[in-house]
Amino acid sequence: MSKLIKEDIDKFFIGQFEAFENSLNGESKKPLHAKRKQAIENFKSDGFPHAKNEEYKYSNIAKTFGKLFNVENLSDDNFSLSLDEATRYFIPELDAIRLVFVNGVLDNKLSDIDTLPKGVHIQVIKTAADDYAEDFEKHFNTHEIEGADNFSELNTAFTKGGVFVKIDANAVVETPIACYYFNDAKNSDVISQPRNLVIAEKNSQASLIESYVTLGENTSFTNAVTEIVVKDDCVFNYYKYQNESNQAIQVGATMVHQLGKSVFNGVTLSLNGAMLRNNLNIAIHKEHSETNMYGLYLLDGKTHVDNHTVVDHKVPNCESNEMYKGILDGQSRGVFNGKIFVRQDAQKTNAFQSNRNVVLSDDAEVDTKPQLEIWADDVQCSHGATVGQLDLDQLFYLRARGIDKQTAKSMLLNAFASDVLSNIKIEAFRTLIENKINERL
Amino acid sequence: MSKDDQILEEFASKEYEHGWTVDFEADSAPPGLNEDIVRFISAKKEEPEWLLEWRLKAYRNWRKMKEPKWANVHYPKPDFENIIYYSAPKAKDKPKSLDEVDPEMRKTFERLGISLTEQKRLTGVAVDAVMDSVSVGTTFKKQLGELGIIFCSFSEAVKEHPELVKKYIGSVVPSNDNFYAALNSAVFSDGSFCYIPKGVRCPVELSTYFRINAANTGQFERTLIVAEDDSYVSYLEGCTAPMRDENQLHAAVVEIYAAKNAEVKYSTVQNWYPGDKNGKGGIYNFVTKRGICAGDYAKIAWTQVETGSAVTWKYPSCILKGDYSQGEFYSVAVTNNMQQADTGTKMIHIGKNTKSRIVSKGVSGGKSQNSYRGLVEIHKRAENSRNFSQCDSLLMGDKCGAHTFPYIEIKNSSAQVEHEATTSKIGEDQIFYCQQRGIDEESAVALIVNGYCKEVLNNLPMEFAVEAQKLLALTLEGSVG
Repeated sequence: MSKLIKEDIDKFFIGQFEAFENSLNGESKKPLHAKRKQAIENFKSDGFPHAKNEEYKYSNIAKTFGKLFNVENLSDDNFSLSLDEATRYFIPELDAIRLVFVNGVLDNKLSDIDTLPKGVHIQVIKTAADDYAEDFEKHFNTHEIEGADNFSELNTAFTKGGVFVKIDANAVVETPIACYYFNDAKNSDVISQPRNLVIAEKNSQASLIESYVTLGENTSFTNAVTEIVVKDDCVFNYYKYQNESNQAIQVGATMVHQLGKSVFNGVTLSLNGAMLRNNLNIAIHKEHSETNMYGLYLLDGKTHVDNHTVVDHKVPNCESNEMYKGILDGQSRGVFNGKIFVRQDAQKTNAFQSNRNVVLSDDAEVDTKPQLEIWADDVQCSHGATVGQLDLDQLFYLRARGIDKQTAKSMLLNAFASDVLSNIKIEAFRTLIENKINERL
Repeated sequence: MSKDDQILEEFASKEYEHGWTVDFEADSAPPGLNEDIVRFISAKKEEPEWLLEWRLKAYRNWRKMKEPKWANVHYPKPDFENIIYYSAPKAKDKPKSLDEVDPEMRKTFERLGISLTEQKRLTGVAVDAVMDSVSVGTTFKKQLGELGIIFCSFSEAVKEHPELVKKYIGSVVPSNDNFYAALNSAVFSDGSFCYIPKGVRCPVELSTYFRINAANTGQFERTLIVAEDDSYVSYLEGCTAPMRDENQLHAAVVEIYAAKNAEVKYSTVQNWYPGDKNGKGGIYNFVTKRGICAGDYAKIAWTQVETGSAVTWKYPSCILKGDYSQGEFYSVAVTNNMQQADTGTKMIHIGKNTKSRIVSKGVSGGKSQNSYRGLVEIHKRAENSRNFSQCDSLLMGDKCGAHTFPYIEIKNSSAQVEHEATTSKIGEDQIFYCQQRGIDEESAVALIVNGYCKEVLNNLPMEFAVEAQKLLALTLEGSVG
């Protein structure tokens, strides 16, 4: 297997698209396909982002993809996962609306969506494009957002097996919607490009969990996009959980359009993978909105995690808070880039951001770039970034009280992580994460 | 033009290329840049062969390079083929003392408030005044000479201390470092050279005033400061420029080499013509400044007050190579009207137990854009390194912008790095407090801004601090209300 360079990768994906297009008999006249075609054209302009692209300076996905991925040994769609096997990766004791995706396509047998709570509609995105044509026209890939890039275009081009979720107006959905994305890399390499659209109508409340798993030893490439449209008076909670295989490459974009005055809470948790890139792009379109973003990356081995977030304050009187924390061990690498845009009209904006890292090994690396771009004057914005190690005084305090070094270390790191974990409002999920962290520390 | 004429023309110019016997009356090179211009500049300055080769190498590299686009500034691209790369003020002979300096020229300096004689008598500052590329007077040279300190113009240094220049030129900023550094290396006209020998503490603050004069002349100074073991020097650089309608390009290079235990302080007040209210005219200031703490316990401190220029693009940096070396960066960048500034620093920690500190204060008013862009890089071997960065922005008016792009790259677990930034405007309550006590709004703003910048201004030498405070008030004039 020879290493692929960017040009090969571009060609490969364009070839894939042609094959995909041919497989869509009878669909090519539909409006959704026009969007796909437009997206692939946009993708062609510059192709796969490479390291010269400022946004991918620290995460050369093209290089990793070229190195790890074997395009000649791709898995076909005939993959069956037993419910028993899948269950092992579900969040234990979580009562949820379960959506299971295999290689980026919704699997009805494994999913649990036969009886949905009142006010929740879930459908495969392909058919939803017809059944909910109006919503689609208004919201599918129509809102421009900072931070969208050629990976998002590529995903749009391959829109097929994701889901469409709609929360009706005034519906308060207590049960979280949990999406499990399985990649089958047991016998061959796999590409999955799930594309979801979530619309939360006025005065509704809902939670969404996305969890990613790669099975087997081969390489997987996930390029996911989830668009979330949040309307007036909504509260929307979003969780992303990545505990991937060592051969998993992932680019995941979450695009949040806060069209109405609303509250959006996002928590991103990254534990393992080869190269994980998270783009959390949020645009605030209406006054008096609130946005909270939390992230934790707990890395060891050769895991590379890159969190890029964008909050675009377009209107006055909004507030955004961001806190990302990292614990790095082994030869891992953590990258953070947080952008806050405050447009000229967005007076009285309060925007706060912090990124804090603890580095435990000399071979680990942290690259952080908190970035403020402000065009309005009557604002309060701040950001802070720190990189350091455990406080020796604190360690000493604990050890002087008879606590061994390992326990003392894990106590301090747990405390460090708890600021983020306390924002997970689903108890079963929080317990799982806490256990995983305890195992690791 | 017929084809025959064209061939003739080409042929004629070909011969011209090799000859270089033609003398330019105005002591100016024709606009544009090619190898012959580089040769012309070098010949004009009677430079040795190795320096010419060095320039030509830089020129060839420059030809291959592209203008950087990553900075957060927008401006019409300078036309590099339309710039005069060398112009010298007319002088019959080289002046030996101040009295011989052209009285016209001295008058200009006096108007700028840098009377050489006065400076000499009252402040004890040795001034090496550079006016359009040729050094016109050097003061205090004798006193400094007794200590073994060399402080002279660059061309003089090339002639008198070629071994030092050859050793250190390009050692901190290589000639192919970036587009503008390469350009400077190819065509630099003059500048300052400063050498502090081992164990010497420079008793006076060394100062160079640059001034851009003739129309359509790019200024390409080059400053080289070498501080040997256990030495100390404080170096000042100040800039003023008269009104001008065309955009002028200014691409300087400053190199600082600090050996073991040496300390170099470099302070700048930059007040070039920023263009008028609509952004017409003004200087392009694309400067490469870098210092290296080559020895253990060395220290380099940059302090800058940037109030002028239409477009600023400047990152005074420190390479902390020696163990226990220190880098500091204090900056106030004020932009008003249509000015754009993209400035900051790079702290590159290579040695063990290295420390750096960054304090950057941005003030933007009018429709200006002010960006901080900095890099803190801790290399793998740089154990126990420490960095503290603070970059604050103050916004005055709702049409200006403040941006921060801090890059932090850590490859060692024992490093401690902190970065914090805030953006806000002047509190209405603060202004109200002042007004209530009979201070009008404009003075109140000046007062508050001065307080906000105090941390940086305190690091300036006395004379500079006073000047800088006045400059701040002047730059912000009319930005209120």
